[in-house]
Amino acid sequence: MPNLSRETFLNIIISLGLLVFPFIATAMDEPFYITLATRVAILSLAAVGLNLALGTGGLVSFGHAAFFGIGGYAMGILASHAQTYTPIFTWPFVIEGTNQMLIIWLVAIVMSGIAALFIGLLSLRTSGVYFIMITLAFAQMIYYFMISWPTYGGEDGLSIYVRNQFPGVNTLDPSSFFYICLALMFAGLGLSAMIKNSRFGAALQAARQNEERLAATGIRPFNIKLTAFVISGMITGLAGALMADLNRFVSPTMLSWHMSGEIMVLVILGGVGRLYGPVVGALIFIIFEFIFGGMTEFWQFYLGLVLLGVVLFARGGAIGLLAGKARHD
Amino acid sequence: MSTTLLFEQLLNGLQYGVTLFLMAAGLTLVFGVMGLINLAHGSLYMIGAFACAAVAAATGSFWLGLVASIVAAGFAGVLIEMFVIRRLYDRDHLDQVLATFALILILSEGCRMVFGSFPLYLDAPGFLAGPVTLFGGFQYSAYRLAIILVGGLVALGLYLLITKTRLGIRIRAGEADREMIAALGVNIATLYTIVFAIGAALAGFAGAMMGAIQSVQVGMGEPVLILAFVVIVIGGIGSIKGALIGSILVGVVDTLGRVTLPGFFNLFMDTAAANSVGAALSSMSIYVLMAVILIFKPEGLVSNNA
Amino acid sequence: MTDQTVLQIQNLNKNFGALKATDDVTLDLKKGEIHALIGPNGAGKSTLIKQICGQLSSDSGKVIFNGKDLAGMDVADRAKAGLGRTFQVSSLVMEFSALRNVMLAVQSKLGTSYRFFKNVRGDNNLTEPAMAALKRVNLEERAHIMTAELSHGERRQLEIAMALALDPKAFLLDEPMAGMGPEGSKKLIGFLDELRHEAPILLIEHDMDAVFSLADRISVLVYGRVIATGSVEDIRNNPAVREAYLGSAA
Repeated sequence: MPNLSRETFLNIIISLGLLVFPFIATAMDEPFYITLATRVAILSLAAVGLNLALGTGGLVSFGHAAFFGIGGYAMGILASHAQTYTPIFTWPFVIEGTNQMLIIWLVAIVMSGIAALFIGLLSLRTSGVYFIMITLAFAQMIYYFMISWPTYGGEDGLSIYVRNQFPGVNTLDPSSFFYICLALMFAGLGLSAMIKNSRFGAALQAARQNEERLAATGIRPFNIKLTAFVISGMITGLAGALMADLNRFVSPTMLSWHMSGEIMVLVILGGVGRLYGPVVGALIFIIFEFIFGGMTEFWQFYLGLVLLGVVLFARGGAIGLLAGKARHD
Repeated sequence: MSTTLLFEQLLNGLQYGVTLFLMAAGLTLVFGVMGLINLAHGSLYMIGAFACAAVAAATGSFWLGLVASIVAAGFAGVLIEMFVIRRLYDRDHLDQVLATFALILILSEGCRMVFGSFPLYLDAPGFLAGPVTLFGGFQYSAYRLAIILVGGLVALGLYLLITKTRLGIRIRAGEADREMIAALGVNIATLYTIVFAIGAALAGFAGAMMGAIQSVQVGMGEPVLILAFVVIVIGGIGSIKGALIGSILVGVVDTLGRVTLPGFFNLFMDTAAANSVGAALSSMSIYVLMAVILIFKPEGLVSNNA
Repeated sequence: MTDQTVLQIQNLNKNFGALKATDDVTLDLKKGEIHALIGPNGAGKSTLIKQICGQLSSDSGKVIFNGKDLAGMDVADRAKAGLGRTFQVSSLVMEFSALRNVMLAVQSKLGTSYRFFKNVRGDNNLTEPAMAALKRVNLEERAHIMTAELSHGERRQLEIAMALALDPKAFLLDEPMAGMGPEGSKKLIGFLDELRHEAPILLIEHDMDAVFSLADRISVLVYGRVIATGSVEDIRNNPAVREAYLGSAA
């Protein structure tokens, strides 16, 4: 492969593998594997969102569960109102629920974007450890809010009976829903690759490496980071809506700090700042969960050991091991 | 709302704040001296509570349990520092977050392997079990009052340790300049282990004391850990004084918010609605407090750089 | 203040505790000139530059640039307003190539940092002006080298290229010769000599040969105070300056 780096080659193999996966699962007569693959696609998308802030922008957000959960609740609230034919509110104007994925996605993206704007405005005034703790704290605030607010199920969460609809697609068919999620995952990857190579991406990478220089060049680092944080939150929010749709269930667990940790783990397992890092991370995570989760109730104990090993001894993540050091230019 | 109830809640807030301080002090010390963010600090709280509950159940003595909690958490702290944390001092915060997140998974699941998923119960010692009568016939839980007193003593002890003793001087020197204390011939590795173990023991002690109020279960340290983060953000990172102020503030605001907000909304809403809105908003009160402080003092109330 | 004055610094103060880092500093920069700022280490030269750039807030005093008071403007605002600055210790984006560092300045100049889709590689609107700036400091052959791999002197050149790409209305150069070999310094002196006609230069420099050959005016800063301002000849003959500073050096 003269013109293809090992990393690109690996990315192509993974993409093709995911594209044909439903046929393999059907041939193996294991339709449940399609659900697993759908989770891989959705978690990848969530991690693609985080990777934009964390990998490209160096913003170590430990609160991305907030956006994941808000996306999930956007789905839950809209769909539950649609299934009971009650409006969400009637004043000052009437807003009805919906079971149309396209509208749900839009609402999820907008709502998580607004949340990211507020959280970002406050937390980006600080940096380093402060930023980590503050993003964690604000996510926790939303978590406790949803737990103590009884209207949408409180601690028990919200169930919906039927998966939402997408024009021209039978979303009840696992493969069809998988391809919807996969398409969005590729769109997220494409978007994040484009952003990274754009003028904005250049400014964002500079903000990560040398804020002083970026400012002296006349570009305000705060605005660049805030914009990245909002886009990042939106992508993760969309993933949250998909995950809730897959499970037909949303609960405060999606907002919990364990979830924030998990999304971050996906990015790290794959390799920080790599385009396909989130996908590889999600693949490893789901396979790990599937294999060890089947063997022992305490599979997260072993996940912890692996994660510790990766952080202490294999800092490039899985792609780093397979494809060597990241290239920069 | 009656004055008595308000006063009782104020004491509850103080008691909560004191417990938070025991957590936050260790976190902020470890950050100030070693520059490390430790998510697994909540696990040490959990270890303390489990050690206390297990030993108290086996021996029938709460006091032995309390000693065990300090020993177990301190010892766990030493091991964790020597095998994991030590490799993280020169790493960036992302690595520290991930490695200590991994530690949480390992310690929580490990604890579940040993003790199972069901909560353990820990009773306060007999003579502290009932209420005490304070001035004017006002009654308050003796155990909670004891926590306030003990917590206050520990805070004082910590202050004296850091300002008056040789170890404290070294710790403060370590905050100021690693190379300098190395040049003075202090063994940094040992100093760091000691600091980490002190923080761990304080967390374990807090967990044990709270274990008699809450149930002792896996994951019990995490909500406290996050509140301790809020405390540190409010108080200013690396400052013991800031941790103390922040802890009391968070403890009192959180407790009073839960009691007063539903009543406040009841003034212009029906009771059910007021209770749900009040509960939802009071769960956010300390985060709103944090946000307000961030807007006006992003470095926290007690800034180290001042 | 005449039309010729580009940058006017009025009674600027900055205290760090009891230490007066800058003490009532007043000086100006006129069109077409190089105004050198000299003084012993710790005299407050870099503090002054930081105050002018907005990196440090001033306790009191004003910075007026092109007739506009810069109060309330942050570093980025001031850079956009036309203050082209180089750092005493090179401050660059290390994982970018030299070219991409300069491209960052070009996109800032163009005001297009919020474009999300077009790939910057091969974007001639960025690469051509960036390459031109690199060429002016003789770094075009090193354009695609990672900044972390550039030599110390090359990084100094790159800093100047980034300032050039901003097309500033005044340059603030903090020890641009530091770490350069004699050959590089000589080239740079020739370059700065020309550059002053594009935009005036406030030059901090320890290399006295460079200062004396380039400066139209010199100000001497000692313990945060300007003890003298004048032509090269004035400064050389000023007894207070000789006492405080040149006495040992010259």
